[in-house]
Amino acid sequence: MDFDFSEECRTFQEQVRRCASASGGILAARAVLEGGQLYAADLYADLARLGCLGAAIPEQYGGLGLGYLHLCAASEALGAELAPVPLSSTVYLAAELILIAGSESQKAQWLPRIASGDVIATLADVDEPGAACACAGERVSGAKAPVGDGMAADLAIVSARKPGDADRLYLVNLGEAGVRRVTLRSIDPSRPQARVIFDAAPCEPLGGGVSAASALDRAYDRAAILLAFEQLGGAEAALRAARDYAVERRTFGRPIGSYQAIKHKLADVYMANQLARAHAYYGAWALDAGAPELPRAAAGARVAATDAFSLAAQENLQTHGGIGFTWEGDCQLYYRRARHLSLVIGSQGAWRNKLFDELSSQRRP
Amino acid sequence: MNFQDSPAEAAYRARARAWLEKNAKPRASNVRGRLDQPGDAAHVARAKAWQRLKSDAGYAAITLSRDLGGGGGSLIDQIIYRQEEERFDVPTGVFEISLGNCIPTIAVHGNPGQRQRYIRPAIQGEEIWCQLFSEPGAGSDLAAVRTRAERHGASWRVNGQKVWTSGAHFCDFGLLLARTDPSRPKHGGLTMFLVDMKAKAVEVRPIKQMNGAQEFNEVFFTDLVLSDDARLGEIDNGWRLAMTTLGFERGAVAGGLGFLDHQALLEIAMQGDDRLMEDSRVRDQIADAYLVTEGLKFNNYRVMTSLGRGEAPGAELAMGKLLSAKAGQQAAYFAMDMLEQRGMLTSETLGDHWRLVERSWTWGAAMRIAGGSEEILKTLIAERVLGLPQEPRMDKASAFNAANGA
Repeated sequence: MDFDFSEECRTFQEQVRRCASASGGILAARAVLEGGQLYAADLYADLARLGCLGAAIPEQYGGLGLGYLHLCAASEALGAELAPVPLSSTVYLAAELILIAGSESQKAQWLPRIASGDVIATLADVDEPGAACACAGERVSGAKAPVGDGMAADLAIVSARKPGDADRLYLVNLGEAGVRRVTLRSIDPSRPQARVIFDAAPCEPLGGGVSAASALDRAYDRAAILLAFEQLGGAEAALRAARDYAVERRTFGRPIGSYQAIKHKLADVYMANQLARAHAYYGAWALDAGAPELPRAAAGARVAATDAFSLAAQENLQTHGGIGFTWEGDCQLYYRRARHLSLVIGSQGAWRNKLFDELSSQRRP
Repeated sequence: MNFQDSPAEAAYRARARAWLEKNAKPRASNVRGRLDQPGDAAHVARAKAWQRLKSDAGYAAITLSRDLGGGGGSLIDQIIYRQEEERFDVPTGVFEISLGNCIPTIAVHGNPGQRQRYIRPAIQGEEIWCQLFSEPGAGSDLAAVRTRAERHGASWRVNGQKVWTSGAHFCDFGLLLARTDPSRPKHGGLTMFLVDMKAKAVEVRPIKQMNGAQEFNEVFFTDLVLSDDARLGEIDNGWRLAMTTLGFERGAVAGGLGFLDHQALLEIAMQGDDRLMEDSRVRDQIADAYLVTEGLKFNNYRVMTSLGRGEAPGAELAMGKLLSAKAGQQAAYFAMDMLEQRGMLTSETLGDHWRLVERSWTWGAAMRIAGGSEEILKTLIAERVLGLPQEPRMDKASAFNAANGA
């Protein structure tokens, strides 16, 4: 029985944590939130140097080929610092889609540059209502929104339809003519969103033109687990913040943390976090082992982590009282990120539904 | 990151499984979770016979050393054995408190004579122990016990009442927490004793529970005389011993309580109305049941990992009972709801598979109280794990008799 990260993973996690903390920790998230940057570029460069971006990318494509456990451990550390970097768009989604569906030459072209931090990539999957993306010839037209890190990205994987065909995935170089981008306001500006408009922009089928649905299902399962670690890190950090404030803040002559109303609330948060951690570890195991349980483990990790971070962020703010509602206070940063992460690859309801489908399909002959 | 057995763990599991296959019948495959077992004399006799077999093979009191009569194994060995035993139709419950809570406390705090006299017969199943802690006025506030043990020369005289004593009606001995010095603050005036439950001055009265069964009892002591040999540990040090006992208790339920899980709920949903499987409430409830029951299972892998490293998880183990009691209760409500009006009927009409619903409904409520109420355990997690400050306790520093009018 060894249901934990290895010493080596822990060391890597600690290096990533130090990196994030050296770039200002949660202050970096505030800096992006308050404007002026699309992401913390210095931190992203440090993560590239550390090998974090390419941790799960095979060595033949310029990564470290360490498997997914290092990346899970790193995600937890970055989640705790609310690191404002385009990691989920570039690494959890785009790089994984290229690994899942890309051709050999696409992998060789893009993955080394993703690992080195030279290319930021994203997934553009959500159609703007009334402007669904369509592909004709080697050109794509339509609009996607929201696209995570859409303003910063160099490359997008775009889902689009050819008349009479299923949705397929295409690579689009966002620097090309025919691509226009607009920043969209979102609930967590520390992870900026964009509308990306394609007007006969040049595109290239990802791999042999696999169906978008099957590739996205597999990529979302992987991303769900990696994001669950980010959420877990955030949930634990929000609990620490609430706990620290409850020890220090006094009402009626004693620390508010001595009241059962606060104690029981924070004990509930603690238990939700512990459950989320248990499911996240199970997900990490399934991801790293390529186990057939992966879809169920991913849905469990996703739902438990979303529950935990939502609860922790809400109750951290509540424990802080009025100060929790101020712009200057950090509570809003967790509150925003928790909500952002719970929507980023689909809502809690959608993932709970998927979890049920996985459970019931196992029971049926 | 894996939950496979190490080679040593796998070897232990294989031995345990082979032994169980040779000595016990597998459970019927359609029986899920843990079901009520009768507390009558015939069941106790079956349990004693099974215990004797286990102790000869080293599977009773696995964590106690061999020279005491235990299995000389680790906590991990014990968890592995229990995982294997769960798949067999064997009498359980009778020895849970005796060997889970009482005997380990005697092993830690007993003098050589006490260890010699009591531990081996208990492990072999000849003698069974109960835990005489709670009182009518001392449940969550356990340190408020009023049962008095007064010193008279070389002996002690005990008067008072205990309550919620599981199995007292079939037990031979009890671990008694009594007040020896009411002039000291409440935690400081308690002492632990070893009591012969068959003594004339001990009266056991069964309590009929909400579910119709009688597992708990009231126990009355009227001028019970104990020699000083019956004292466990130092005079007025009983609180520390009681904490040892309760620590063992939390460890025993860390992995969940065996109530309705997602699979049992899914089977009920699949046998019911076709529309159930498409109902979003059904889907949500079953997903949530999975998150708790499987989450606790995965969390137990983490506990086993830390045990394997020689760490000693403490108050965080309270989470198992907290989450699984409440989830079991909710799952039972939900199972009944799925059957609409027929949900008000019992297993007599609905079939044996419904017994687990009934047990989760009744014992779900009980287990939110037993072994430390939900409220007490959340406070424990907040104080011991999160390090929040203790609530001011009005009577903590003053003499017990002054603070309580005793």
